[in-house]
Amino acid sequence: MEKVDVIVVGGGLAGLSCAYELADSGMTVLVLERGDFSGSKNVTGGRIYLRPILPYLPDIWEQAPFERHVAKEVFTAMGKTNSTTFELYSDRFNQEPYPSYTILRAKFDRWFADLVTEKGGFVIPQKTVDDLIKENGKVIGVKSGDEEIGADCVVAADGILSFLTEKAGLRKPFEPKHFALGFKEVIQLDSKTIEDRFRLGEGEGSAQLFFGSVTQGMMGGGFLYTNKDSLSLGLVIGLQSLNLREPREEVYKLLDQFKERPEIRNLIRGGETVEYSSHLITEGGIHNIPKLHTDGMLVVGDAASLSLNMLFTVRGMEYAMVSGVLAARTIKKAKGRNDFSASSLAEYEKLLNESFIIKEMNTFKNTLRVLENERLFTKYPQVICDLFEKVMWVDENPKEGVYKTKMAELKKEFFNVETLKDWWQFRKI
Amino acid sequence: MKITEKLALDAFKNDKETHILLDQKICHSCKERFCIYACPANLYSLNEKGEMVVEFAGCLECGTCMIACIYGSVKWKYPRSEYGVQYRCG
Repeated sequence: MEKVDVIVVGGGLAGLSCAYELADSGMTVLVLERGDFSGSKNVTGGRIYLRPILPYLPDIWEQAPFERHVAKEVFTAMGKTNSTTFELYSDRFNQEPYPSYTILRAKFDRWFADLVTEKGGFVIPQKTVDDLIKENGKVIGVKSGDEEIGADCVVAADGILSFLTEKAGLRKPFEPKHFALGFKEVIQLDSKTIEDRFRLGEGEGSAQLFFGSVTQGMMGGGFLYTNKDSLSLGLVIGLQSLNLREPREEVYKLLDQFKERPEIRNLIRGGETVEYSSHLITEGGIHNIPKLHTDGMLVVGDAASLSLNMLFTVRGMEYAMVSGVLAARTIKKAKGRNDFSASSLAEYEKLLNESFIIKEMNTFKNTLRVLENERLFTKYPQVICDLFEKVMWVDENPKEGVYKTKMAELKKEFFNVETLKDWWQFRKI
Repeated sequence: MKITEKLALDAFKNDKETHILLDQKICHSCKERFCIYACPANLYSLNEKGEMVVEFAGCLECGTCMIACIYGSVKWKYPRSEYGVQYRCG
């Protein structure tokens, strides 16, 4: 059996970050990617936050194929026939280094794979790993078709469905409540039209999230990101609430209904859909992270369930990249000791615990419980929209005093046991 | 825009072999048909004989069906090397 120092399974952001960090260490690093090229099987909403990654990977960004830096954050509460939007435009978001960028993964990961190759790593496309090779319980390599390749250490960067983590006996069976389905269309629109419609300066971008009737009572929301000359428009829906939904309706139809809403229809007018994609997101939070190391193997990125719904944004790509770097640092030290046993590789989990990743996941450990509350997606957005609509409505009847009538309604909607309980839950985030 | 038209926009390289296997015994006793409602590509349907079938060629490889089917009927693996969807935007 042919043998290298490190095999990274999966050439996404976690795997590539790990390989990049190891590429000039003198070790032979092989990245096995199942797609035609890195990024060809990957999907994001989405945007990446740069600042959390900069301390770990400071020098790679100059030529990065970002779409737009996010200068504007938009939240839209959707009622059945109305919507209310909150918008943040800030000078701070418009100063370099920009805090976040919209990206498209097929372009982004492909660029990063080239960087890894330039630095001395080997990225092999069209290579699906089927199994682990074990000897006395220790992972000693991988199988791909008829081929077997050995390694001192295997890094499972094989994404959210991580079959390797399952084969290594590190994770529990999947449960719908720990996952959400994200699916989107990429809609081509020229750059000038995007900037005019979204009221953006040249190169600026916006990130818009929608919650409320857009998911028809199910946990989740909608998203709309501006790319250079396209829009990423999609939905995220919790699998548990999708399974429990009544009356039943095929999930893909929701995106078409979303596109029909005037709030969206007028933004995408004249645009041409060029791709339709879908991907899962982990919603399990810190309680659902599998064991991340065993003899001869480490787990990084989505495979490690390192992703977090923070309500106002979803995090994942930063966690992937930084966990990849931390795994690489662990492997370098293990190489120094020439010891790739579980106890030697355990340092990876220590590094993760000390990093912002686990700290954030700990801070937001109760989010899932809050998100299970249906009222967050039905009652509250609807009430906000209806109240605002009533305040703004003028007709042939004498207008009632704003404060008096609306205060009574507010009291009715919000000063009750149910809402107090919700508020109590919400305080934990 | 129909879902089949959306899928036609994507680049696929289709294998002859399926990467999704269903256990007809389990499917037969299933009432909810989670797969039909959860697949974002609308690949699941019942054939004339009332059996569940899946059109693997348009699979977006998200794995949703495997997890949504709580009865464990969906045996899902990645398509073999070189096959499956190839995103150009992602």
